[in-house]
Amino acid sequence: MGELEARSPCDVLLPITRGGWTLSEVDTGRITSIAPFAGQEAALSGALQTAYGLGFPEPGHSAEADGARILWSGRRQAFLLGPEPDAALARHAAVTDQSDGWAALHLSGAGCEAVLARLVPLDLRAEVFAPGCTARSLLQHCHVSVTRLDDTGFLILGYRSMAGTLVHELDTAMSSLAARSGA
Amino acid sequence: MRLPCPICGERDLREFSYLGDAVRLHRPAPDAGTDAWDAYLHLRDNPAGRTRDLWQHEAGCGAWIVVTRDTVSHAVEGAQLAAEMRDAD
Amino acid sequence: MRINGRGRVDRGRALSFTFDGRRYSGFAGDTLASALVANDVKLLGRSFKYHRPRGLLTAGSEEPNALVTLGAGAASEPNARATMVELRDGLQVRSQNRWPSLDWDLLALNDLAAPFLGAGFYYKTFMWPRAFWEKLYEPAIRRAAGLGALSGKSNPDRYEKAFAFCDLLVIGGGPTGMMAAHRAAEAGLDVILCDEGTVLGGRLLSEDETVDGQPGADWAAAMQRDLAAHPKVRVMTRTTVTGAYDQGTFGALERIVPDAEGAPLECFWRIVAKRSILAAGALERPVAFAGNDRPGILLAGAMRAYLHRWGVVPGRRVAVFGNTDDAHRTARDLAAAGVHVAAVIDSRTDAKVQGDFPVYTGAQVCRGAGGRDGVEAIRIRTPRGEESIAVDALAVSGGWNPSLHLACHMNGRPDWREDIAAFVPRDGMVPGMTAAGACAGAFSTHGCLSAGAAAAALVARDLGRTPSDAALPEAEDAPYRIKALWAVPGRGRAWLDFQNDVTVKDVVQAAQENFRSVEHMKRYTTQGMAPDQGKSSNVAALAVLADATGRGIPETGTTTFRPPFVPVSIAAMGAGAQGMGFAPRRRTTSDAAARARGAPMIEAGLWYRASYFPQAGEATWRQSCDREVGMVRNHVGICDVSTLGKIDLQGPDAADFLDLVYTNRMSTLKPGRVRYGLMLREDGHVMDDGTCARLGEGHFVITTTTAAAGAVMKHLEFVHQCLVPHLDLAMISVTESWAQFAVAGPKSRDLLNGLLETPVDDASFPFMACGPVRLGGVAARLFRISFSGEHAYEIAVPARYGASLFDLLVARAEAMGGGAYGMEALNVLRLEKGHITHAEIHGRTTAFDIGMDRMVSAAKECIGKTMAARPGLVGPEREQLVGLAPQDGRSALLPGAFLFAPDDKAERAAAQGYVTSAGYSPTLGAPLALGFLRDGRARQGEVVKMVDHLRGAEVLCTVTDSVRVDPEGGRLRG
Repeated sequence: MGELEARSPCDVLLPITRGGWTLSEVDTGRITSIAPFAGQEAALSGALQTAYGLGFPEPGHSAEADGARILWSGRRQAFLLGPEPDAALARHAAVTDQSDGWAALHLSGAGCEAVLARLVPLDLRAEVFAPGCTARSLLQHCHVSVTRLDDTGFLILGYRSMAGTLVHELDTAMSSLAARSGA
Repeated sequence: MRLPCPICGERDLREFSYLGDAVRLHRPAPDAGTDAWDAYLHLRDNPAGRTRDLWQHEAGCGAWIVVTRDTVSHAVEGAQLAAEMRDAD
Repeated sequence: MRINGRGRVDRGRALSFTFDGRRYSGFAGDTLASALVANDVKLLGRSFKYHRPRGLLTAGSEEPNALVTLGAGAASEPNARATMVELRDGLQVRSQNRWPSLDWDLLALNDLAAPFLGAGFYYKTFMWPRAFWEKLYEPAIRRAAGLGALSGKSNPDRYEKAFAFCDLLVIGGGPTGMMAAHRAAEAGLDVILCDEGTVLGGRLLSEDETVDGQPGADWAAAMQRDLAAHPKVRVMTRTTVTGAYDQGTFGALERIVPDAEGAPLECFWRIVAKRSILAAGALERPVAFAGNDRPGILLAGAMRAYLHRWGVVPGRRVAVFGNTDDAHRTARDLAAAGVHVAAVIDSRTDAKVQGDFPVYTGAQVCRGAGGRDGVEAIRIRTPRGEESIAVDALAVSGGWNPSLHLACHMNGRPDWREDIAAFVPRDGMVPGMTAAGACAGAFSTHGCLSAGAAAAALVARDLGRTPSDAALPEAEDAPYRIKALWAVPGRGRAWLDFQNDVTVKDVVQAAQENFRSVEHMKRYTTQGMAPDQGKSSNVAALAVLADATGRGIPETGTTTFRPPFVPVSIAAMGAGAQGMGFAPRRRTTSDAAARARGAPMIEAGLWYRASYFPQAGEATWRQSCDREVGMVRNHVGICDVSTLGKIDLQGPDAADFLDLVYTNRMSTLKPGRVRYGLMLREDGHVMDDGTCARLGEGHFVITTTTAAAGAVMKHLEFVHQCLVPHLDLAMISVTESWAQFAVAGPKSRDLLNGLLETPVDDASFPFMACGPVRLGGVAARLFRISFSGEHAYEIAVPARYGASLFDLLVARAEAMGGGAYGMEALNVLRLEKGHITHAEIHGRTTAFDIGMDRMVSAAKECIGKTMAARPGLVGPEREQLVGLAPQDGRSALLPGAFLFAPDDKAERAAAQGYVTSAGYSPTLGAPLALGFLRDGRARQGEVVKMVDHLRGAEVLCTVTDSVRVDPEGGRLRG
């Protein structure tokens, strides 16, 4: 038999541009969830430092180094985006492959907080939610992880099966806002 | 309504789901007897004033928390992680 | 009539609109109300109950009379307040609550029947006969008493909702709010300033006065520019704050600037603020006197607003009636604009009025006379006797009520201030809110500016900032002198609540009938219960009640103000939740392929799953379903089972944890093996069932049913965090990560071995084995488990490969005489095997009921074990899971039907059980069902009667074992 063919969650749905905003799908590389076992927090952080130069993140924080991003993703849990998980991690933490569970969306454009303000009940003002800040929350009815990458861009992780709904919600908010501002 | 998640900070109500009185933290022993089990599962006070309830920050970090609030004024006093309260017992 | 040289409309841009089919014109900057005034249209609607002719009363969002319908067809919008509608070219407007036309309204007969339609009329009249209420009275009343009608069609307009956050929310953009916002922003606070007008300025736009030496409106415009340019301020015009909620949350309704193509009509905001300043101003109140509802009788401040802001006046001979110095402004300004002021009537004997018009002090207007087209004369009562004055408009002021509504939204009660004869907010009614300016009883412009600055300073200090102490702009600081006047005594109906047609008499009658509490009076008379919530009328109504009951106003108290402050369309509150936005749609990786094959999709929770896969020549779903069942029993079938919940658990204590949550032991499971598991709720009833696979010593993957996946995850987190946090494990959902397909049927292993890099056999992969495999260059997981009862597997691959693998599996299956099967066939297959779903474990059944009590391990504790052993939850009195077969071998069995002894009457008390699931088994060639029957396990072979009263079916059934096909399980293992 031949090789199985991989398909991304937003395959035919993206990218889209509405007004000054663009929504596109991103390839985050491998997504690995890392949940420290009891009393292993420091050792895990050390192992992460050694492997990627990144510590285990504080709640609500994310950091990036050499193509790897570590993203706080919940109570006692973080996602490592990019590289394969280092074998040492499994000694200190539950390590689970989440690469195929998430649709990864990049929303970009000046003032794109206004798009998310239609959907996400978070305070995303730049002085409160600066680049590197991350949160688990809702996008309309969908559970998501929202991370500010820079002044004009957010990374949104949502359930793979809900990719169509996520794109629909974001498209609706982008279109509506673009029409309002006459863009 | 907004609730203070000990991990995430203050968040909109819609991220949380409600379970009920924090008495659910104190599961009786299997042989505690029918009164203890009845009280644990079914009997609840309905105070006008201070309550402690279990909520889960379900659409947030996933933590189960105990929120102390006032049913009359709707003031929220604070919240603690359920897991840490158990550890403190 | 339009007055030259007055107002701030753009006279270079004429706009055309229609009202009840007639064409009129106005200017850019007009509201619908001001444009109608300019065109001398006085009659704008009919009143709610008596169908009295009505015109404008106000110039703002509190307008009770001028409700109209905008547009036509599906996009029409009823109950728009003409005072809030920005005029646009081509606008179509219709009047409401009249038939057949506004001028000639047959239901105006109600007005003649008024003596019979007073307070409590509905309660007294339509008591009985009871049957008449639904069929006769209610429809008739609903037709007669009313507001605008909905189109009955789906609304095509767009609406939005949005969230915003700030340090300080300033509610109202008049002098108080602008000053507060500016000062707070200068102190470094993040400020949102909301105002319901199109521009900031509040009363400054409606008065002829100066601030800092410039016209008030110019000062406001300059201030608005400063605020809009300030990096710490977000100015939201056209935005009414509608409610104050817990923890500093506010609701606000934004009307979007008309004419932006594709833009939403409205946006409903949820604003979260650390602090708020209520600067909502004040609302003028009318005085009740006979005929005070005639078109052409307006509030005095509204008359000034129409003059100064839009350059229009609603009459040519205008009288002014009031009880404050403030009312005199109206006479002064009208005279200055060249309008004939017929009289100024001031109820205060010591009033000092100067002007080139007749002045009557210590006098009252006791009647407004006229017809359909409005007031023609007023009758006044002076110390020297009564006289009539011909007028075509009357400006009335009974003083001002602070707009304290939002301060009361959290159940706080305001204070009565005798000096201004009005209620004012009390500190702390809404945590974090400070009321300032006119809404706190400061009625001069200077008073407002200084109150705004002081409130901002208070908030700034409170939030650790240093407030500015710059000088205030100069502005008028006239004292407000009032002598309360609520109602002028006399014959004839004097209106309090214009929108709900409540008169002074109604309130007095309520008091006489002992509805003395203000809350009872409100409900008995419907005072203040209309869409305007009694903004212009509540205080006067309770003053009349106080008088009628011989109590003071503070003692009488106010009714409760509740959100929303202005009507909010449901479409705005529910924005985004229509159509696709109603709920997330979860699609499996085989979704597109299933649709391409013509499979109808069925909802399973939020998921969409294929019902069946129709083939050429199949006319009914049953034909497809029967074929698919046969395919699985005889060849091989492929079904997407990715929707089942999958939870990954890891950690040294994972096994102990699973022992606690499952009734049976999982700690004895060997790596590479799968075990069926049952979970109970703590109250002893079954929660869910599924499989538990041990991938490694401290590594498990469990499955849940599709419907309960979320609930089980939540339950497991509860048990871990709240009950046994000392157990060392972590869990995470992997439902989304894996695409998983059932490969079921006697040829399933042959099919898989054609794909796997290393083939499997019974020795390496017996029933209930699991392990890693590779196929198509991809690492996968294989589970030998079966829901169909056949030799079967579930193969899981990373979801990105799901679509590709499904196509491959189905193609291979089709080549072997099989193919894809859907939910219908899956259901029949499990019914034949007696496997349960949530139709059986519906929340009221126990492990005993479903015949799995032996799965509750006696040797260990588990969630629900203690309560499952309660008296009444085990024993022959319980309804137990059984199979059912129709005696005639043909009649369909129906889920939801009840079971009775054959000779019993089919009544509730005689019911012995019910049917939970049913279908047609092509394997057995007969219908079959699962159900619960009292002591059912002991009654196999007995005959029971299935009765479905709803669908009119009665079938005699034989009680069978729940497992009908291969009860020994040979096919599973073979």
